[in-house]
Amino acid sequence: MHIVVCIKQVPDPSQARIDRETGMVIREGVDKITNPFDLYALEEALRLKEAQGGKVTALSMGPPAAAEVLRDAIAMGVDHGVLLSARGFAGADTLATSYTLAQAIRRLADVHLIICGKQAADGDTAQVGPGLAANLDIPHITQVRKIAQITKESLQVERLTDTGYEAIEVNLPAVITVVKEINEPRLPGLRGMMRAKKAEIQVWGPEEIDADETRIGLKGSPTQVWRTFEPEIHRKGEMLTGTPSEQAAALWERLRAL
Amino acid sequence: MDYFLTEEQQMIKELAARIADEKIKPVAAELDEKEEFPWELMEVLAESDLFAVWVPEEYGGLGGGVFEQALVVEELSRACSGVAVSYAASGLGSFPILMFGSEAQKQQYMPDIANGKRLAAFALTEAGAGSDVSGITTTATLDGDEYVLNGTKQWITNGGEADIYTVIAVTDKTKGARGASAFIVEKGTPGLSFGKKEKKLGIRASSTTEVIFENCRIPKENRLGREGMGFIIAMKTFDKTRPGIGAQAVGIAQGALDEAVQYARQRVQFDQPISSFQGIQFMLADMATQVEAARALVYSVARLVDSGARDVSKAAAMAKLFASDVCMKVTVDAVQILGGYGYMREYPVEKMMRDAKITQIYEGTNQIQRSIIALELIKEAARKSK
Ligand SMILES: Cc1cc2nc3c(=O)[nH]c(=O)nc-3n(C[C@H](O)[C@H](O)[C@H](O)COP(=O)(O)OP(=O)(O)OC[C@H]3O[C@@H](n4cnc5c(N)ncnc54)[C@H](O)[C@@H]3O)c2cc1C
Repeated sequence: MHIVVCIKQVPDPSQARIDRETGMVIREGVDKITNPFDLYALEEALRLKEAQGGKVTALSMGPPAAAEVLRDAIAMGVDHGVLLSARGFAGADTLATSYTLAQAIRRLADVHLIICGKQAADGDTAQVGPGLAANLDIPHITQVRKIAQITKESLQVERLTDTGYEAIEVNLPAVITVVKEINEPRLPGLRGMMRAKKAEIQVWGPEEIDADETRIGLKGSPTQVWRTFEPEIHRKGEMLTGTPSEQAAALWERLRAL
Repeated sequence: MDYFLTEEQQMIKELAARIADEKIKPVAAELDEKEEFPWELMEVLAESDLFAVWVPEEYGGLGGGVFEQALVVEELSRACSGVAVSYAASGLGSFPILMFGSEAQKQQYMPDIANGKRLAAFALTEAGAGSDVSGITTTATLDGDEYVLNGTKQWITNGGEADIYTVIAVTDKTKGARGASAFIVEKGTPGLSFGKKEKKLGIRASSTTEVIFENCRIPKENRLGREGMGFIIAMKTFDKTRPGIGAQAVGIAQGALDEAVQYARQRVQFDQPISSFQGIQFMLADMATQVEAARALVYSVARLVDSGARDVSKAAAMAKLFASDVCMKVTVDAVQILGGYGYMREYPVEKMMRDAKITQIYEGTNQIQRSIIALELIKEAARKSK
């Protein structure tokens, strides 16, 4: 089984600052780490590999310095790291990123499962996982909290919802995004860290992944961030008063009206 | 301070620090309260390959030595020295095998110790034999192809939890200092059992028990080195491990200093942070200076021991003595700086003060360390005046 984990280098959220004028995350002078949600994706891939055999490739798009997060992934036990890094990739929104990652996965070939973190801690969009699946024309399941069963052909998972969970089965290959309830990520070992230091990180540009120049980087990114805000949830509570039988009658009326 | 660590040593230190901060600190108080052996944390240390740092590569290790182990022990001790000593005792139990074991013994035991699958322990002390190790009465009698062990060891760190015990026992009472030998005894051997877990002042996460031998038969091949070398093996082992106790002391002291500095910046009395009072500042300055001096000595001695130098007993004793005395003083002062809050279990420094005390006692009390140092001084002087 070949599992690809998409990981992103992000500014350490514990040191996060936002530029009030532009509404953008300030990236300068902040330590860069692996997107915390991606650690759960890496851990799940490593557990599947330990149980089923196979290999795990970590894939990232970013500046040359993003090779660090791939080395950290190798230190945890990942077999290979591939970095998508070129001037042409810069300025990508989630649409361009999904396309670019998908092209790289095409090139990797023979991929059974793609695991992403639930979302990136800097952009918080949670769009790249599903976007990747759309580009590859394969199914996706977001918010996976448990992998119940996996074979070469299919996957059964539990997916976290607002009210509980859904049990879903899909055919492979597929994309899943995982939530932090799924596992507890391991720390690297010394042997892994030493291997990671020497490991060769493959760097691919637009040619290597046969990318359409108009769909990558700034050129392939139509998104304009207007404003970021947390949507309000409109839920209104109503207290029914009166004697118990009056309350029951009032409730009955309300339910009937629905 | 920059101690010019190699890239690999830096990596070891950083990983140990990360485990200390992320995995150990959050549970240290609970482990202390419950006096529970930290198996989960031992597994974390094993998975991170930290048990491999002092083991040569040919026996499944990463090829470091006393210094690398000291770096780990120091970092772990910052968070909880009960956890750190459980880790370090595996080194204490394994150095006799590394130094005096046959090729076959090393091949048999060291890989499992290096990958953390099995813990080791070292059993010398008995009820009547503490500082005076020559007072041990546990016997090992050769019977055909087997030694038969009888007697009770006391206060053995990792007792009951470890799988591999290095045991010093009397093989020939008439030979005095040359009458003891060292043996490897595996848990599960019939006739080997463990007493109850001791209730202690500090390092309460660690296990300290009696190790009891009742007609415990082990193959002759389990003897380490020649017959009669038992006490020499013990002393050479302590030369390797006393810098580690020094590192434990430095770690505890650093942890206490860090807490004291943080607290002094936040605690306001007389409308100002207590860190603005010179009385507090001078205490902090002395604490920091002492901790750094202890660290410098421990690191130098650990490197000296690893260099293969002969006659390191004096230096090893100094590292253990100085660092543990500093540790005691610094932790007492840390409690003082935190005042009443420092005395409460909600804050970590009272535990550090309790944990500090053992570093002045085990692997030879500090009186014994001073005796070792003084005797060496006198011997050296006598040699020179000849
Ligand atoms: C928590 C814990 C863990 C331990 N772990 C281990 C272990 O894993 N393996 C093991 O073998 N042992 C272990 N020990 C034993 C430890 O090494 C001994 O306790 C220590 O060597 C001191 O011996 P004692 O306690 O019998 O003190 P004693 O020897 O009875 O000493 C009592 C006092 O007299 C002083 N004293 C004794 N002789 C002299 C002298 N000649 N000159 C001046 N002062 C002297 C001592 O310094 C001390 O202050 C452990 C002990 C403890 C408490």
